[in-house]
Amino acid sequence: MTSTVITSMAQRMRSCPITGLKVDINAERLIKVNAVVAVVCFLLGAVAALGLVLTRWQAVHYLSVQMYYRFLTLHGLNMLIFFIIFFEMAVLYFAGPVLLNARLPAPKWGWFAFLLMVVGAVLVNVMVFSGQADVLFTSYPPLRAASWYYLGIILFAVGALIVTFLFLAALHYAKKEGTYKGSIPLVTFGALTANIIAIITLVHGALIYIPAYLWSLDLISLDPQVYRLIFWGLGHSSQQINVAAMVSIWYLLAGMTVGGVVLNEKISRTAFVLYILFISMASAHHLLVDPGMGPAWKVWNTSYAMYLAVLASLIHGFTVPAGIEMGQRIRGFTQGKFEWLRKAPWSDPGFSGMIISIIIFGFMGGITGVTIGTEQINIMAHNTLRIPGHFHVTVVGGTALAFMAVTYYLIPLIFKKRVAFWGMARWQPWVFGVGISIMAIGMSFMGGFGVPRRHWDITATGAPFPLEFHPAVDLLQAVFGLGGIIAVAGALMFIVIAVVSVFFGKPFSEESVTTKASGVPQGILALPAQAHSGGAVTRAHRDGTPGTVILTFIFFVCFVVYYFINWKLLTFLWRIG
Amino acid sequence: MSSEMHSGIVSPEGNWWVPAGPQERRWVKLSFAWCMVLFAMMPLWHLKGGQNPSGIRARVNPADFQARAERFIEEYKVSDEKGFPVVKPPPGADLYLIARMWQWTPVMILKKDVEYTLHLSSLDVNHGFSLFPINVNIQVIPGYDYALKVTPNKVGEFRVICNEFCGIGHHIMIGKVVVEE
Repeated sequence: MTSTVITSMAQRMRSCPITGLKVDINAERLIKVNAVVAVVCFLLGAVAALGLVLTRWQAVHYLSVQMYYRFLTLHGLNMLIFFIIFFEMAVLYFAGPVLLNARLPAPKWGWFAFLLMVVGAVLVNVMVFSGQADVLFTSYPPLRAASWYYLGIILFAVGALIVTFLFLAALHYAKKEGTYKGSIPLVTFGALTANIIAIITLVHGALIYIPAYLWSLDLISLDPQVYRLIFWGLGHSSQQINVAAMVSIWYLLAGMTVGGVVLNEKISRTAFVLYILFISMASAHHLLVDPGMGPAWKVWNTSYAMYLAVLASLIHGFTVPAGIEMGQRIRGFTQGKFEWLRKAPWSDPGFSGMIISIIIFGFMGGITGVTIGTEQINIMAHNTLRIPGHFHVTVVGGTALAFMAVTYYLIPLIFKKRVAFWGMARWQPWVFGVGISIMAIGMSFMGGFGVPRRHWDITATGAPFPLEFHPAVDLLQAVFGLGGIIAVAGALMFIVIAVVSVFFGKPFSEESVTTKASGVPQGILALPAQAHSGGAVTRAHRDGTPGTVILTFIFFVCFVVYYFINWKLLTFLWRIG
Repeated sequence: MSSEMHSGIVSPEGNWWVPAGPQERRWVKLSFAWCMVLFAMMPLWHLKGGQNPSGIRARVNPADFQARAERFIEEYKVSDEKGFPVVKPPPGADLYLIARMWQWTPVMILKKDVEYTLHLSSLDVNHGFSLFPINVNIQVIPGYDYALKVTPNKVGEFRVICNEFCGIGHHIMIGKVVVEE
């Protein structure tokens, strides 16, 4: 009996020649299908994005009013929900069973969950395409979509919820069956954080989409303010799933690309726990100028109880680059303060994508987010283009780019294919990162001039009173438009590379490593040492990370300056109270 | 400090609850101090600052809000512009601005450096009050009366842009406010 169990389990596992990890075949297949569907959703979202950029750029103004809002709905849902969450499901299967050498328990539930998510996503997309859900991503009642739309979201969320429980089950059995020694790796711990936040988030989703579904059937009534409160318990908390998943991927890629180390497990793990503790408060960011809540509620919640979740991100903002620096110093790049950075493997898209993601997320996304999420400063930012200007450098320049970077490692390791168009792949993170940054800068400054988000025509043709923006807005629109086109080009490059690699790519094998074949990232050709001891560690402790200290100090100064400039700008407004 | 070191994909063994290095500790302390500054700024601005979205907040039946606003318009109406009533309320008055698909009613003429109580609500879906060009943005939700004390500080003609998606005519929902000496 026991031997048949062992044999059947052995048949379900393969051994990875690069990392030595035992990989559960079902987990691997589920990673593949979830990642592939994620890329399909990303393609839909990217095509929609092009339409949006070419419409908001008033000089082009391509889409009709109806199609603009339809594309906007499509873009938000496919990017922020379907692409991201399908990819996160792949991350969970990878960081759980695969990294822990463990089996995936109850794989049939994994397939059932995948089916539910696909059916949900298809249903929502059909409703949007057919014009029965022109309600944008937020679907604030009393705006109403067809009932099937809400049902689609519910099916998708239930599927995702099943996967989060499968991940917990995989952790449980890995522990019980002793597939690893000591504690779970930091990357898995980060994924566990994302997983717990996902459960919190999806419960909020159920709490709001089930009533919304019943409301769409005219069975109950729904308060618009209560909807906004609980919806953002889903809408913003889900961004914290992204943050936790993205930071985990930073740690993963830091290790795989340059042997980046964990400076201190206690600090990094405590930072992850801070995310979990203060996450549901994130809903408040969206309600700072709403009539339903008072100032004390707004101040306490928008600050995540005194900015302790922001503290978590500030900590990772130091420990990730410092871990990279220390790993590089152990590998011998010890000259001066920045040899470790200069001589890093910049032509590896796994490495460059990770670094660009860290810079964009921290410098641009983090600073703008904390600032415009301040109760009073939000008066100048709410629903202007500053808001999408902010989240395109967190969730797109940060999370999506980190997902792209890790894809260059997943293609050989999981899909067992070499990366196609390797020359283009080296450029892709740069094109995408630069494009999205330029676009977001254009958006943020336009928002500063009062340009609204989610708006088809800021020349307000047909309005009773003429509307004319500052001439600088025309220039900013061109900046935004060009940045957007470059970003879409970067996104399409990624899609072409991923699809061609996965479906038509040359196979990846141990031989590809010995012959140093093209299309294999350097971290896979020669995986850096993942653990060190003895003199190297003593030296690393003694030298510290002087380069990172300088970089984080520059970051800190930028943060302080940007923050207080915004308070100064606020004083020019009317008195409001 | 520990005598071994590993990446984030390695399972740490033994006790890893050990003190961090001096640079990391310093960064955590600096970050924590900064977070406290970020937090303190908001209550401080409530005490000392002039721009707070506090307001007087109440639930209101949309029909009741409409009735109050129509009384307000009737009382202070001075003319019509493009089919919209223009009102010139006395200093310190309660102002009522109706948001509905896809117009802001009425047009208001206000005095500089005088405090008014501006009531905002919607008769149908969510709308966004965005005062252009000074960039004051407030959410307008049906069923809720958001009354803000406002004091115009500049003379001129302002627009009210709707900046919450409210349907196909969202972009033509432009209102007008005039501030005089």
